[in-house]
Amino acid sequence: MSYVLTCPNCGPREVTDFSFGGEVNPRPTTRPDKRELGAYNYFRRNVAGVQREWWFHRSGCGAWFLAERDTRTNQVLLTELP
Amino acid sequence: MTRLPPQRGERIDRRRPVDFTFDGQRVEALEGDTVGSALYAVGQRTFSRSFKYHRRRGLLCCAGQCPNCLVQVDGAPGVRACTEPVREGMHVEHMNASPSLDFDAMRATDLVGGPFTPPGFYYKTFIRPRRLWPLYEKVLRRAAGLGRVAKSRREREWRTEYRRRHADVLVVGGGAAGLAAAAAAAELGADVVLADEGPAPGGRLLAEGGQDHAREAAEHARRAGAELLSNAPALGAFDGLVPVWQGDTLHQVRAKRHVYTTGVIEQPLLFPGNDLPGVMLSGGARRLVSLYAVKPGTRAIVATVCDRGLDAALALIGAGVEVACVADLRADAASPAAQALVRRGVELRRAATVLEARGRGHVQGAVLGARGGDGHERVMACDLLVVSGGGAPATSLLCQAGARTAYDAERGVFALASLPGGVYAAGEVAGHGELHAAELSGAVAGAEAAHSLGLGDADSRARAVAGSERLSRGPVGPSGVAVPPPVAGDRGARCFACLCEDVTAKDIHLSVEEGYDSIELSKRYTTTTMGPCQGRMCQLPAIRLMAAETGQSLEQVGTTTARPPWQAVPMGVLAGRPFEPAKRSSIHGRHRELGANVMWAGDWRRPYDYGDPRGEALAVHDAAGLIDVSTLGKLIVRGPDAGEFLDRLYPNRLSNLRPGRIRYGVITSDAGRIIDDGTICRLDDESFYVTTTSSGAGAVYEWFSWWLADWPLRVHLTDVTQGLAAVNLAGPRAREIMAKVSAVDCSSEAFAYLDGKQADVAGARSLILRIGFVGEVGYEIHFPAAHGEHVWDALLEAGADYGLRPFGLEPQRLLRLQKMHILVGQDTDSESTPYGAAMPWIVKLDKDQAFIGRWALERAAEEPPETALVGFTLPDGRVPKEGAAVLPESGDGQVGQVTSARHSPQLGQVIGMAWVPAGLARDGAEVTISDDGKRLRARVVTKPFFDPEGEVLRS
Repeated sequence: MSYVLTCPNCGPREVTDFSFGGEVNPRPTTRPDKRELGAYNYFRRNVAGVQREWWFHRSGCGAWFLAERDTRTNQVLLTELP
Repeated sequence: MTRLPPQRGERIDRRRPVDFTFDGQRVEALEGDTVGSALYAVGQRTFSRSFKYHRRRGLLCCAGQCPNCLVQVDGAPGVRACTEPVREGMHVEHMNASPSLDFDAMRATDLVGGPFTPPGFYYKTFIRPRRLWPLYEKVLRRAAGLGRVAKSRREREWRTEYRRRHADVLVVGGGAAGLAAAAAAAELGADVVLADEGPAPGGRLLAEGGQDHAREAAEHARRAGAELLSNAPALGAFDGLVPVWQGDTLHQVRAKRHVYTTGVIEQPLLFPGNDLPGVMLSGGARRLVSLYAVKPGTRAIVATVCDRGLDAALALIGAGVEVACVADLRADAASPAAQALVRRGVELRRAATVLEARGRGHVQGAVLGARGGDGHERVMACDLLVVSGGGAPATSLLCQAGARTAYDAERGVFALASLPGGVYAAGEVAGHGELHAAELSGAVAGAEAAHSLGLGDADSRARAVAGSERLSRGPVGPSGVAVPPPVAGDRGARCFACLCEDVTAKDIHLSVEEGYDSIELSKRYTTTTMGPCQGRMCQLPAIRLMAAETGQSLEQVGTTTARPPWQAVPMGVLAGRPFEPAKRSSIHGRHRELGANVMWAGDWRRPYDYGDPRGEALAVHDAAGLIDVSTLGKLIVRGPDAGEFLDRLYPNRLSNLRPGRIRYGVITSDAGRIIDDGTICRLDDESFYVTTTSSGAGAVYEWFSWWLADWPLRVHLTDVTQGLAAVNLAGPRAREIMAKVSAVDCSSEAFAYLDGKQADVAGARSLILRIGFVGEVGYEIHFPAAHGEHVWDALLEAGADYGLRPFGLEPQRLLRLQKMHILVGQDTDSESTPYGAAMPWIVKLDKDQAFIGRWALERAAEEPPETALVGFTLPDGRVPKEGAAVLPESGDGQVGQVTSARHSPQLGQVIGMAWVPAGLARDGAEVTISDDGKRLRARVVTKPFFDPEGEVLRS
């Protein structure tokens, strides 16, 4: 695994500069039932394709941002601040 | 030392001698020599002993491609003598031979063991009787492997660096095509890097009379702005990242376009005795002559399948070597080189090849004849047998980048069939072997790469199209090659397909017989292509043998997968500079002076104790103690919504905390599990000072800022962990000591338990938190790290008359255990909820906020936890290990575990904490702990062991 992410603040950097925050997993806005809570806490879609995900610029500006990445090719289509 | 007269383009400087040692003997060399050329010049012919049979091996390729000249240089094993430049005073030693290269005891494996050591023999032979395996293993371990790795750290000390290089175009290979590609792309404005494994750009030109041309082409590329890296092999192609190793540096080159001009690898011929010293590839012989002015032999026989061998024969004649005979496998060789040889009176045998090399320890003669033999074989004497099996395109890196190859029956090699997007190939690897075609193809590839990035104009595009058309019209490939047979000569005799791993043609035959009938299976079974040459010398021969053995076509057999690294590379280069962070607090120097035993605590170096952990702990109870807690994570949360923000992150309520007051809090995940804990002090209406555990500081900052990124709250987060030092002054005399260093009123009325005040301590602006992690009246003083030693010194000095002692982590752990204050990560794990950890009071489900963890904790509140964290005492004085099992009252298994245990000198008994079945979480219940097989009866305690009601703390 080796590719470049473009931090919205700092610009293009090696992926090893960042921490992965996982796929975007929106928090329920109202009280979830047991099944929904379990799904939110433990289930991920893990798509083979374009995934919207969180990244943290650990060795840089310390910003969280969103990326759209093709999990099959590691091509990063988009990065943006939330 | 004998040298030829000056050669055009020689790399040696005859005025600058360089001395080094080989196996302790002094060797005279010249600046510009390689270890290999210098040793060859003084008559060394055996350079190594082979991996399995310990056969003599000599120089073969002289280009860093084969395994034959691996030596140990200044303690580093596996260095190729033929490419390692000589340095004054370097110590070179042989590998894999004992006691010496000339007399190697392990040679017996070849003389005696030969028939008993087919592929996989170690699996078959050393398996019975099983009980002898440990003995076999010892012997095999000594016999296996090459070289010795330095064991002491000092010998291994080597600074290596990473360099990240982003470029528009990376060109791999610095021959004629690569230089043309780099120049063309750079002239169109692209940022170009060229990585070449050779000592200077030019590739084959350097050893084949084209050194002036090479120099001009390199100068042209440089002037155009390309960065040329020499002695810099590319190691692999990973998702567009190409690591390039150059000395102490690993260039991580990330380019938008890749041009591969990796050329071809000259192939050996397979015949019995093909591994004898004195058998040399034509390129190797030419390099010895033209780069180092070393005469490779006196009487040579040349066997070839293409013009390369003929050119080499001419070069050898030029160097004064007698060429006894040239055997060309082609029936119709009539190129200018062939004509030139005939004109010079050299015997040129067409449709002939070498059927066997003969000699003891070195080649002494060869049997020449027609392919397969026709009764007209001839034995001729020689001391040099130059062979050329043609060039196999060096496609490994291209294949790693996603290219595909297909068998080209006319040339008898696997050639490029398709390229992925953004990847270009030019020069001989793409079939353009002739100099002008190679340069044109390079220029076209470089221009196309630049064009695809939006550079260039209509003119340059038209030129590239025209060049491309000219290429497609011109002749492809060299002027004809003959495809050599898998093995020439007697198939029964020893003929080495793989020099690295000592695999013979017969071994491949055997592996097929045993059922390993695909090339990938045979590779794994025989380890062909898996040695230091990475298939350069053996992949194509192995495929040809496999095809012959199985009756398949070469296309059907296919190639093995070429995996990185393409070039043997020291692990130290891949590791880069060790960035093992060692964090030290600003007071660390004082701990050292006080004789602290320093330990790792996460990334931090912290005092374990100052030599007397029990005495230090007792001092906190009897007088006062001082501990450096600078490692605590420290965050400032500021803004109009700061209270709301913390209410959403913590299960307890923080928005109603009054300025100047402190609350303890745990952070839970949305699954209700404890992530971290710490204290929160409200500084004013809009600011909070949050501390976290030492090891959790980074993670909590990430966690807070993650939610802040998602929530539209007016809050700003500042991590002040590194900026502030902190010490905890605790004990019955702490109040008196504080009075000596600060004007703040420390009476219990003015400065109550869980108050936080901002005041000067020893002149340093401080935030003083009155908290009681260790159970006594305590002041946790946070202040700018720059004043660390000053404040520490002032406190120790002020406390000297009161019996103040510094204490380390170990006494702190004991003190907090007496109070049953948990350590997140030690007493809790990733499954622990505040309910299980006996802190139900910390969860405020009546809060308005849907705080993190709320929904899971609501369910946890309804369903009592199965296990609970409790304290225990042990009457019999034995301290169980942390992690010791809690056993069920009846039956087998484990129902819980001990998380902390210590002997408390203050309480005079063994205390601890453990997870036990919830039903046993009541005072006085008895549980059984198994410690190293010994059963201990423990008594459950639910209130703190020391000062259970907190009267001391609040006093």
